[in-house]
Amino acid sequence: MGMLKQLLGWVDDRFPLTATWKQHLSEYYAPKNFNFWYFFGSLALLVLVLQLVTGIFLTMHYKPDASLNAAGVPVAFASVEYIMRDVNWGWLIRYLHATGASMFFVVVYLHMFRGLIYGSYQKPRELIWIFGCFIYVALMAEAFMGYLLPWGQMSFWGAQVIVNLFTAIPFVGEEIGIWIRGDYVISDATLSRFFAFHVAAVPLVLLGLVVMHLVALHEVGSNNPDGIEIKKKKDPETHIPLDGIPFHPYYTVKDIVGVSVFLIVFSVIMFFTPEMGGYFLEANNFVPADPFKTPEHIAPLWYFTAFYSILRAVPPMFDSQFPGVIAMGMAIVVLFLLPWLDKSPVKSIRYRGPIYKWALTLFIASFLILSYLGTLSTTTERTLVAQVCSVIYFLFFILMPWYTRMDKTKPEPERVTA
Amino acid sequence: MIKKLIFAALLSLPAVAFASSGGLKLDEFKPNVEDKLSLQRGARVFVNYCVNCHSASYMRYSRLQDLGLTEKQIVDNLMVTGEKPVETMTAALRRTDAEAWFGVAPPDLTVIARAKEQGPSWLYTYLRTFYRDPSRPTGWNNLVFSNVGMPHALWEQQGERVAHFRTAKDHDGNTKQIFDQFETTRPGKMTTAEYDSMVKDLVNYLVYMGEPAQTQRKITGIFVIFFLVGLTVLAYFLKKEFWKDIH
Repeated sequence: MGMLKQLLGWVDDRFPLTATWKQHLSEYYAPKNFNFWYFFGSLALLVLVLQLVTGIFLTMHYKPDASLNAAGVPVAFASVEYIMRDVNWGWLIRYLHATGASMFFVVVYLHMFRGLIYGSYQKPRELIWIFGCFIYVALMAEAFMGYLLPWGQMSFWGAQVIVNLFTAIPFVGEEIGIWIRGDYVISDATLSRFFAFHVAAVPLVLLGLVVMHLVALHEVGSNNPDGIEIKKKKDPETHIPLDGIPFHPYYTVKDIVGVSVFLIVFSVIMFFTPEMGGYFLEANNFVPADPFKTPEHIAPLWYFTAFYSILRAVPPMFDSQFPGVIAMGMAIVVLFLLPWLDKSPVKSIRYRGPIYKWALTLFIASFLILSYLGTLSTTTERTLVAQVCSVIYFLFFILMPWYTRMDKTKPEPERVTA
Repeated sequence: MIKKLIFAALLSLPAVAFASSGGLKLDEFKPNVEDKLSLQRGARVFVNYCVNCHSASYMRYSRLQDLGLTEKQIVDNLMVTGEKPVETMTAALRRTDAEAWFGVAPPDLTVIARAKEQGPSWLYTYLRTFYRDPSRPTGWNNLVFSNVGMPHALWEQQGERVAHFRTAKDHDGNTKQIFDQFETTRPGKMTTAEYDSMVKDLVNYLVYMGEPAQTQRKITGIFVIFFLVGLTVLAYFLKKEFWKDIH
C-alpha cells in the first residue's frame, strides 16, 4: 500500500491524476433523482467504445478495393464475407459493429429525447447541446461512409443518391459531387476515401466532440428530471449540493445495471436476428455493388429515413431537387437553435403546460411517421402524409418562441423530488 | 397520458417491419439448418447441379465438416472438379463464356439466401416454377423471376411443364396475365413430392451456406444472455446496496 501511495504521489506531482479522478468522478456531484432516461448518455459512450474496438479489428481484415476478384466479386464485398467465415470470431466482430451502428442511433435518439423532455439544452447548458448536435452530425457522416464499405447494392446506390443531393446545389453542384466522389460516379476512389474518413478522420472528430460534450457538462453540472439547479442549494459547510451525490460510486454502480440490461437487448438482436428484419442489414446489401443495375427501391437505413422523407416531401422547383435538399439540411440545422427558441421559464416537462406537451407529442409522432415513410417507396397519399408531418416537424421549432411563452407552467419545486 | 402516448408510439415502431414481394405469392419454406442430413443431401445437389455454372466463392469445401462429414467423405463425395479441400467452390463455367452464352455471368451463390427478402421461400418457389417457353433463348422461363437468364438445371428431375395463364383485369382496369396452372408435357424422374423434398434440401443448404456460423451464433447467444442476466441480478443488488442510504 505504501509503495502504491508513493507511486501515486509521484504521478500526481507530474500529472493531475487524482485531481481528474475527483473532478469528473468521485467528486462530481450529480443530482440524485436521475431516472430511466439518464442511462442513455453512458450507453452512448459504451457503444462508441464498442464501435472503436470492433472497428479496429475489422480494419485488420477488410479491404477497401472495388476491383473484381477471379470469381467476379468486388474484393471489398468478398473481404466482408471472408471476415464472416474465415476469421476466428470474425462473424461476431462484424455483427457487433453492424448492430452497434444501429444501436448507436437508438441510444442517441433516446438521449436527445431526454434532452427535449427535461429541457437539458436550456441555459446554462446551451453548449452541451450544441456539441451534442455536432456529435449527431458527425455520427451521421460516420454511419453514411461506413455503410459504403461492404460495397453491396445498397451501399453503392445509397451513396449515389446521397452524393447526388450535393449535385443539386446550383452552379457548383456538379463540381462538388466530383470532389466528394473523386470520380464522376461512386467508384474505387470513393470507397478508398470513405474508408479513410470512416476509420480515421471522423472518429477523431467524434472523440474530440465527446470530450468537449463531457467537459462542458461537468463545468455546469447535470440537469435532472425536475429541471432545477441543484447548485442553488448547497451544504453551507461542505459546499456540496444538498441533492447531489458523487457520480462514483453511485452512478457508476447504477450505470452497470443499465449497461447489463442494454447488453441483453443488444445480444437478443445480434445473436438471434442480426438483420433485424432488414432494418439493420438489408437483403439487397448481400448483392455485390453493380453500377449497371439500379435497384427498384433505394432507401437509406432506418436512422436517416426521417430526413429522407422530408427531402422527398418537398416538390422539385425549377427542375431542381435543391429545395428538398435545403429542407433536409434545415431539419438538422434547426436542432442547433433549440436553446434560443425555447422561451419557457421552466425546463422539465413535469412543470410545463399542456401546449408544450401536445407540441412535443405531435413532433415525436411526426418524426416517427416520417422515419417509417422513408423506408417505403412513395405514393401520392404517402407523400401527402410526409408533407403534413414535415410541416409539423418545422412548426414545432418555428412556433416554439410563442407557444412556450403562452403556455401555463406549474411552479418548480425548491428541491428535487423523488 | 402524454408519456403513455409516446411509449405507445415508440413500441409500435418495430411492428411495421413488413415488406411485400412482387406479384406471385411465394410458397413458404422455413429452413432448418440443424437438420444435418438434409444439409448433406442439399450439398450434394448443389455440387452436382449448381457449381457447374455458379461459384460459391466464399465457401471452402473443408467447411462442409460443419455438416458432420469427414474431410475424406467431402473429397470422395462432394468434390468433383479436383480442387483441394481448403479451396472455395469455383464454377466450372468460365465467366467470359457464360456472358457470351447467357448474356450475363451466373451470380455467386454463397450468400444468395440472404440476398432476397424472404430468401428461403423465394428460392423454394423459384426452383419449382420453371416452365417451357419457346420465346426465350434458353427455352425456359420462370414464374418468380420472369425472363430469367438461367435454364432449368433440374429439369430431368422435375420434368417439363408448360404454364397456362388467364387474362384478368386489375382494379385499374388494365388487363393482366395471371398464372393459372402448370401442365406436364414430359414427366421427370421424380414425383412432385420427391422433387419438392430435394429442393427443400437444396434451399436448406443455401441458407446454411449463407451464414455457416449461424448455429454457433445462436449457441453463443444463449450463453452470453445467461451470463448477462446473472450480471444484471448482481449489478442490481450491488446498486441497491450502495444506494440504500440515498433518500
